[in-house]
Amino acid sequence: MTATRKIDKSKMVVVEGSYAVAHSVKVCRPNVISAYPITPQTHIVEDLSQFMADGEIQNCEYINVESEFSAISALVGSSAAGARSYSATTSQGLELMHEVLFNVSGMRLPVVMTVANRAVSAPINIWNDQQDSISQRDTGWIQLYAEDTQEASDMTAQAFKIAEDKDVLLPAMVCMDGFILSHVYEPVILLEQDLVDKYLPTYDPEFTLDPSDPRSFGAFADPSTYTEFRFLQQKAMETALQKIEDAANEFNELFGRYYGGLIDEYETEDAEIIIMAMGSIIGTVKDVIDARRSKGEKIGLLKVRSFRPFPKEAIKKVLKDAKVVVVLDKNISIGLNEGALFTETKSCLYNTDVNVPVVGYMIGHGGRDIPVGTIENIIDEAKSVISSGIKTESQFTDVREDLI
Amino acid sequence: MKEIRIHGRGGQGSVTAAELLAVAAFADGKFSQAFPAFGVERRGAPVQAFTRISGSTIRLRSQIYEPDYVIVQDPTLLEVVDIASGAKDDGIILINTEFAPETFDLKTKAKIMTVDATRIALDIIGRPIVNTVLLGAFAGATGEINPKSIQDAVKERFPGKVGEKNAEAIQKASEMMMGAKA
Repeated sequence: MTATRKIDKSKMVVVEGSYAVAHSVKVCRPNVISAYPITPQTHIVEDLSQFMADGEIQNCEYINVESEFSAISALVGSSAAGARSYSATTSQGLELMHEVLFNVSGMRLPVVMTVANRAVSAPINIWNDQQDSISQRDTGWIQLYAEDTQEASDMTAQAFKIAEDKDVLLPAMVCMDGFILSHVYEPVILLEQDLVDKYLPTYDPEFTLDPSDPRSFGAFADPSTYTEFRFLQQKAMETALQKIEDAANEFNELFGRYYGGLIDEYETEDAEIIIMAMGSIIGTVKDVIDARRSKGEKIGLLKVRSFRPFPKEAIKKVLKDAKVVVVLDKNISIGLNEGALFTETKSCLYNTDVNVPVVGYMIGHGGRDIPVGTIENIIDEAKSVISSGIKTESQFTDVREDLI
Repeated sequence: MKEIRIHGRGGQGSVTAAELLAVAAFADGKFSQAFPAFGVERRGAPVQAFTRISGSTIRLRSQIYEPDYVIVQDPTLLEVVDIASGAKDDGIILINTEFAPETFDLKTKAKIMTVDATRIALDIIGRPIVNTVLLGAFAGATGEINPKSIQDAVKERFPGKVGEKNAEAIQKASEMMMGAKA
């Protein structure tokens, strides 16, 4: 099944992406919110603060803190006490949380956090890329990436459902491209409270911090047991693969909107060239694909919604008949000269019977705009891979030679 | 799809204008998208904001390089920014100025139109805030949008007397430009 949406204009309003997400958080009925403002996440937490001040979120505590480290630390306590807990951050703020992110996952606390993706310093840059969340890849958080503001908004409710599932119990990041999605005004349907109440049950954890029934979370594991904690986190991630699909399907049944589960496909069925990407670049790529398809070129798109858990099987299935795969990454592993989605896509095809050339483009660093022409050029280069093989396996895009 | 690029200076409400235009276009039954050029916002610095208007869902996320319409809030920008850059040959460049279109020698085939939005704003609103006035002028000059939709969007964003005064100025600018078009 590929993405379907009922477009009901009578239910839509034109609002900022940040507002749509803040509204989603509100109707998910959080018990504790703790966040520290940082561009471009700021509008989300401002809107949530406003909701709190206006008494629109009942049974919720908004904890003001002096840093992102404190924000996420506060949620370790609140989530362990059984509170539905939410934060939002980006870039340096997310990097400052790094140490605690492992704790949240290791203690199996289903915190949900919006990441308004932004480049990391130095040099300081407030604009969008995805280096921040990709850098937190191995912290044990589920990572979902949204294509537009409606998806970011809907994904927030899905994330709570997935994270809090008793067979998962892992924290989840909802990643939305900073500015490009956080600051765009476009028509969305704001999540309806009554539908969300049907979709998302009350958080009712089996184990909580409770003075009348004392227990410890994440206290100590010596070499005789530590391995098993990691093993069980990995197993929970594997369970999440199906739960992410289920959450998307159930959402579709109630709300009439579906964006794919782990992945989504666009025009891939007979595609010779398949482009892979995550986040807001998807829309631009779809427009280019439509234009190229009208000229008879067989191009498709594989959108990755879930980067963690990484949907190896789903990806393999889509790529197996392609003649070339092009992976777009808004991040780089410096020293490897590859983006993470590219590296991992190659990795999941190795030791299989799928043998398709894969090329990578690192793109949109620090907010460098991605015009249609850039995607067109990449497609033209991909065509030459089909005819004459790979010349450059992975490369930067639109590098300004005049500055080097 | 119609693409609009708004040039202004930080503090002049270019981003707000782009957003209000998107709200108004949606009220007209179209799909819309508005976003800023994501600068480091500071008062007085040249800024850009963009709006797309289309009959169908908008997926494109790049900045606007070949606008159908350009709105210039502050004529002093002409000295520092190539406001005509990429403007379509059959497009319109709408400049807030007291001078006539012929005064401007821009490298473009797009039609140049001018409106003294500052004067209208001072006369009706009492302050030289021209972003909403220019939206009224845009509606009148291009016919892309119903002036009433812009008035409604402005009144919703700025309730009370401020919204009413802005709506009046939008009406005036729209009518003036309809006259200029004819």
